[in-house]
Amino acid sequence: MNVQFRPEPSASTSIKTAIADCDIHPARATKDELYPFLAKRWHSHLETYGIQAYHGMMEGPPYPKAQPNAARRDAWPPEGGPQGSSLSFMQKQLLDPYNVALGVLNPLATGQGLRNQDFAGALCAAINDWQIEKWTSKDKRLKGSIVVANEDGVAAAAEIRKRAGDPNFVQVLLLSRNVEPLGQRRYWPVYEAAQEIGLPVGVHAFGFGGNPLTPSGWPSFYIEEMVGHAQCQQTVLASLVLEGVFERYPMLKMVMIEAGFGWAPSLGWRLDKSFERLHSEVPYLKRKPSEYIRDHIWWTTQPMEDPERRDHLFQTIEWIGWDKLLFATDYPHWDFDEPSRVLPPGVSDANREAFYLGNAKKLYGIA
Amino acid sequence: MTRHVIAPVDELPPGTRKFLDIDGRPIAIFNVKGEFFGLLNRCPHQGAALCEGPLIGLAQSSDPGEIEYTKLGEIIRCPWHGWEFDIRTGQSYCDPKRFRARAYPVNVESGSAVVKGPYVAETIAVSVESDYVVVDL
Repeated sequence: MNVQFRPEPSASTSIKTAIADCDIHPARATKDELYPFLAKRWHSHLETYGIQAYHGMMEGPPYPKAQPNAARRDAWPPEGGPQGSSLSFMQKQLLDPYNVALGVLNPLATGQGLRNQDFAGALCAAINDWQIEKWTSKDKRLKGSIVVANEDGVAAAAEIRKRAGDPNFVQVLLLSRNVEPLGQRRYWPVYEAAQEIGLPVGVHAFGFGGNPLTPSGWPSFYIEEMVGHAQCQQTVLASLVLEGVFERYPMLKMVMIEAGFGWAPSLGWRLDKSFERLHSEVPYLKRKPSEYIRDHIWWTTQPMEDPERRDHLFQTIEWIGWDKLLFATDYPHWDFDEPSRVLPPGVSDANREAFYLGNAKKLYGIA
Repeated sequence: MTRHVIAPVDELPPGTRKFLDIDGRPIAIFNVKGEFFGLLNRCPHQGAALCEGPLIGLAQSSDPGEIEYTKLGEIIRCPWHGWEFDIRTGQSYCDPKRFRARAYPVNVESGSAVVKGPYVAETIAVSVESDYVVVDL
């Protein structure tokens, strides 16, 4: 179905106070946009062999995304290219009308989770250079995330250290689905390097680990994948805590991105309950599991759970801490959260300011 | 209630839609197989430009395994979150009790009927011989 008369694209509402948007997905306008940042050897490799992720003989994600590129239908840039590939359109549709003072870029189609580790590393480095060239150097509101070939911890740590002190980047980015749960030691070099250069590590939903999307096999529907992000992130979080990552890297801060947070209290309760009896299995943990979660974990809001009673939402946030939530729209994806409508009434001015901007500025070190 | 003349019928053939700003309100007029419908171009859920979404049908099911695709071309799906609304009535199929898109009555009237009234024409020079799409607001 075509839309014949396209109106001037604009945000439906604008808000006066500045906000941070902690989950923006930039895309490449063309397939070869990365070539200037990739050695010739990899151009030819890409054209000859393509990209092989850790899942079977298939191209692209294992579930359909309900809308093209999982994106808002009104987010196609007027000059062409996929949603999220135009800076000027992003400024016009997102950054300006919503008064975004800080926008954190989380590139998804990168080299993370590729089977060829050298190629993965080269693609990730190219994506990082591309973020500077195309986005962060062109609009100072935007900050990048260092993407790394995380299955190769040593190479990942080297890429992170290479970016130390670069003000274009505010976090290291991992995805939630990997070959193993993220607390395991093959990923420790990532945490060590991130702690060393003083950046938080974000864990965004999705990724290619080669495993089914749920712990009990492959589900049938996209909707199962959507809710499965929470299950996956719970596994990630339990692993991080129980493998002792936060004991080993006590300054490490992590951000759970796009997997909700309504489940956080119950996971904390379950972990604490089991810990009372099973402490001897993980004796290096000095504190209750929930304490690590509350001290080390930040959460982006999109998608926020939407309980029938708003006091249930507020009780959940109180468990997590009003200082740990980071507002996110997930632009340009279809499940975009509109900033003026996402938080129910009844929140104090101080908490509201922290939710929309203050927490993000503090975590990401933006003055 | 004011009547607004939108366009000559010929300019809005079946399968097309037209976006307008009427008294500060964003409105879209649809021609679905010769029938005209008007909707407020704002999703009651989170405020997206609802009428920019695709016109689809409605997948309905009486029992698991039984799926029927109905109302083809009569359901608008929001470009953001995919919420579905009946463009005839504005009814939400997602949360019908709490959300309803604002629907406006749209008619086709002859030029002779239109020129008699105190109507605001949307930059249209109305001629008596033609038929016009008219919305009540």
